[in-house]
Amino acid sequence: MTGDQTIFNSNTDDTIPVIRIEHLYKSFGNNAVLKDFTMQLYKGENLVVLGKSGSGKSVLIKCIIGLLEQDSGTIDVLGSDVQNLDEKELDELRAKVGFLFQSNALYDSMTVRENLEFPLRRHWIKMSTEETNERVKEVLHNVGLEHTVDMMPSELSGGMRKRIALARTLILNPDIMLYDEPTTGLDPITAKEISELILNLGEKYNTSSIIISHDMNCIRMTADRIVMLIDGCCYAQGTFTQLEQNNDASVKQFFEQWQSKHSII
Amino acid sequence: MFANLKQLLTETGRLGRFASHFFPQTFQARFELAEFIRQCYIIGYKSFPLVGLTGFIMGLVLTMQLRPALLDYGVATELPEMVGIAIVREIGPVITALIFAGKIGSSIGAELGSMRVTEQIDAMEVSGTNPYKFLVVTRVLAATVMLPLLVITGDAISLYGSYVGVNIRGTTSFQLFFKMVFDGLAFSDVMPAVIKSFFFGFAVGMIGCYKGFNADKGTEGVGRAANSAVVISSVAVFILDLLAVQITDLFGLN
Ligand SMILES: Nc1ncnc2c1ncn2[C@@H]1O[C@H](COP(=O)(O)OP(=O)(O)O)[C@@H](O)[C@H]1O
Ligand SMILES: [Mg+2]
Repeated sequence: MTGDQTIFNSNTDDTIPVIRIEHLYKSFGNNAVLKDFTMQLYKGENLVVLGKSGSGKSVLIKCIIGLLEQDSGTIDVLGSDVQNLDEKELDELRAKVGFLFQSNALYDSMTVRENLEFPLRRHWIKMSTEETNERVKEVLHNVGLEHTVDMMPSELSGGMRKRIALARTLILNPDIMLYDEPTTGLDPITAKEISELILNLGEKYNTSSIIISHDMNCIRMTADRIVMLIDGCCYAQGTFTQLEQNNDASVKQFFEQWQSKHSII
Repeated sequence: MFANLKQLLTETGRLGRFASHFFPQTFQARFELAEFIRQCYIIGYKSFPLVGLTGFIMGLVLTMQLRPALLDYGVATELPEMVGIAIVREIGPVITALIFAGKIGSSIGAELGSMRVTEQIDAMEVSGTNPYKFLVVTRVLAATVMLPLLVITGDAISLYGSYVGVNIRGTTSFQLFFKMVFDGLAFSDVMPAVIKSFFFGFAVGMIGCYKGFNADKGTEGVGRAANSAVVISSVAVFILDLLAVQITDLFGLN
């Protein structure tokens, strides 16, 4: 274990945690996925959770949003204990937390506009038609896809779908964003555009984000801090440069490949 | 063998648990009316052509095949009455329900299966929507309400097919044919058939939703969900039919 490293970063306020996870355990049958996982997300911070596929990254953020229930441990989001909320309180909390699904989860049977309006209508946010249209236009402008408003998701490319999915999570103006592998399955150029978008929108709306990824280019661009999820716990954490110089074998294997690719240039 | 039996029982138990949420969820506040109407349109209205076509052919073929046998016994005049009873009591509801299981069971299974696999169901849940209520309750209710309507329409078209069949080899006027059909039918022939159609519709909708909702990850999961939805709901239609005939027998309606 490399232990905690104190981080000083200009654009994060590391005194106020917006998400606090303590001693989290989660298993499926005999498959123990998370074992004593502890981590905080501070206000305004972009935190990357790095880990191999199957290491439980998606399980972790699904626990944060209450889609999965942990076996033990506490998850505190914006001051409320997720496990002990009733249905209504959970919905209210979820309106403040945006979740970008790995497979985008755009509703196939609805147009882009209906997809974007869905969270607005469903959270029973009182809004006039003009305001709704204005919001739809604004978020589409943010992701640069105003012209797709009447298209069906099946007519969009992979990168466009990712952007629309991003727009749909932004429409509620969330305080916290959870990104599940936002660049996986995209070509390197589109992946870079998405990473830039995540960074810019985070700054523009002052959101705190957890970004799950193993795309080192994306991580390098977006991460203020990195938490390494290995063997079900928070194995190491630090900034990109700090972890890059780490000599632990498990940490090294993530950075080695990236370094070898970039040393050629 | 025992492993299979055990698997069947656990699967039935899971289906039962899944279905047990239906009534509490249906009567909880905020019914998803718009989605229910949309589903009625998709599940019911869009199935009419298929049900009409198969019904017409069934009536026609049944009539043409019964005719020689009835002629042998010299009771060819009973043809309308006999076909009427066969269609209204058994063939109409069961054939329509099987067609319905093939068309609607598979499409619900595939639709919800792909929604599960691409995390759309999770996305609904985090968007403040109860997916069981939005997706399952509306589809199951739509299937329950629409199948009886499809059965009644199917019966009518089937009888028309039979009328056409009668007139290939002989001549019977439209009025006379239908008078004979309705004279042969009692209330106790029609009512159990309509009632069992509600149960067929419920079973097809519920099994399709259950299979789709619990689809495995990956694209094969969607195919498997659609396929097993059709197989299981078709078998369920026969089992319910068997139960229905026992119950009507018990009440002396046979
Ligand atoms: N709903 C579930 N039921 C059973 N096992 C699950 C479920 N979700 C995830 N798992 C298991 O948990 C482990 C971690 O999965 P996941 O969090 O999706 O990995 P990743 O880090 O690639 O996102 C995997 O072994 C997976 O099989
Ligand atoms: Mg994952």
